[in-house]
Amino acid sequence: MEFRPSTLLRVAAPLRSLAQRFMYIGLIVLSFGLMLVGKMDVVLIDHLRAEVTNVAAPVLAALSRPASSISNGLENIRALMYLREENARLLEENTKLKQWVYVARRLQTENTALQNLLHSVADPKPKFVTARIIAGTMGSISNTFVINAGSENGVGKGQPVLSDKGFVGRIIAVSKNSARILLATDINSRIPVILESTRTRALMVGGNTERPRLIHLPPGAHITSSERIITSGHGGVFPPGLPVGLVASVNDVSVEVQLFTDYHLIEFVRIADFGVNGFVDLLSLKNKVGGSASKEK
Amino acid sequence: MSTIVWQKVDQKVKETIPFIFTFILVLISIIPIRVPGYTEIAPVFPLISIYHWAIYRPTLLPLWAVFILGILYDLLSGVPLGLYILVFLSVYGIVVSQRRFIIGKSFFVYWLGYGIIALGAALESWFVASVWYASLLNFQSIFFQYLISFGIFPIVAWVSLRLQQAFFRQEPDAPGQ
Repeated sequence: MEFRPSTLLRVAAPLRSLAQRFMYIGLIVLSFGLMLVGKMDVVLIDHLRAEVTNVAAPVLAALSRPASSISNGLENIRALMYLREENARLLEENTKLKQWVYVARRLQTENTALQNLLHSVADPKPKFVTARIIAGTMGSISNTFVINAGSENGVGKGQPVLSDKGFVGRIIAVSKNSARILLATDINSRIPVILESTRTRALMVGGNTERPRLIHLPPGAHITSSERIITSGHGGVFPPGLPVGLVASVNDVSVEVQLFTDYHLIEFVRIADFGVNGFVDLLSLKNKVGGSASKEK
Repeated sequence: MSTIVWQKVDQKVKETIPFIFTFILVLISIIPIRVPGYTEIAPVFPLISIYHWAIYRPTLLPLWAVFILGILYDLLSGVPLGLYILVFLSVYGIVVSQRRFIIGKSFFVYWLGYGIIALGAALESWFVASVWYASLLNFQSIFFQYLISFGIFPIVAWVSLRLQQAFFRQEPDAPGQ
């Protein structure tokens, strides 16, 4: 058998390009397939995501440090520029807060006395884990943060995440040394809240925009802007009373919420373990359903 | 004998550079920088690198590598799995088939080509994500993200060009496909 190289090339080249074309179409189909899998089996994809993130976490943690030094530097420059205004604002705020301290002390003593009188059951005290945000995306497609604490540090799925200002989101996936937070602005986020002064219940839903909206308000509810919103504790996923935000705007179409937490400025978050366990554990549920299905077979 | 072996090892290691560089860009895209308004419009840096290598050395960033980068970006950034695999693959496919229009032209053409391709990619990601969530997502932040990535393109492209010149100068251009 004798092939001249030119003959071989003439046959091989189109074959190669054909194979490549098939591979290309195959991979495109596969990516659509993966999207479908993501729709059908959320648990599987979340698990995969958590494990891959866990592997990348040390690198991300290392990279996020210089990034945070840079942003600290920028923040310092900004702070220096507004030093005078900031000082005046803080002095004014301090005077106001001093008055509040007296009120709070008086109310606290009164509250303790009344609770003793009634033998009231105290709300559970949370355990906190503090972690650094090492990665994150925000915007129209997804709004999640990754932190450098995981199941080994006592972080569990469904736990609420707080910043110094208020509610941040909840843990949606946990691996050994990292966890993912679903921000309150994400399109998948649903948080039962109440308006603090009127005790009106509502559900705060994210829409991948800057401000989440309130839905399922009772008919005829009267809502005014800059009313405080706190978690309601309904559904047993979040403890009641966590500060969430203020009513930013009210119109015929929607009620928008301005969150207390500024997602752009937080570097550390606290994950609260209130021991509230109303979160449906999809994995065990699935095992149960799967188990009973296989038994039937 | 051993020189040949070492040369081969050296060659193999070099060939992973485009992939590793693009992977680093994946990580940089998701690092939080606490500048107000930045995170929403943090550009998809790996797209620039994929565009570059698809034009100048598609053999060094093969199809499967683009696929893996897409998976990693999707999993790490938290977007629906498959979304950026699709975007990366379509950008790669279109650029590889049209590379002869850009190769050898001025930097401006190379930049403008990215502008067109990345706008298509932005529209694609917005459309596919809207279908996935079954709700019309806000296009504004995706568009700003596109503008930022268009503005930042020369920096990433410059690094890519330097890498290419430093490591792959001797090799001839891959034949047009």
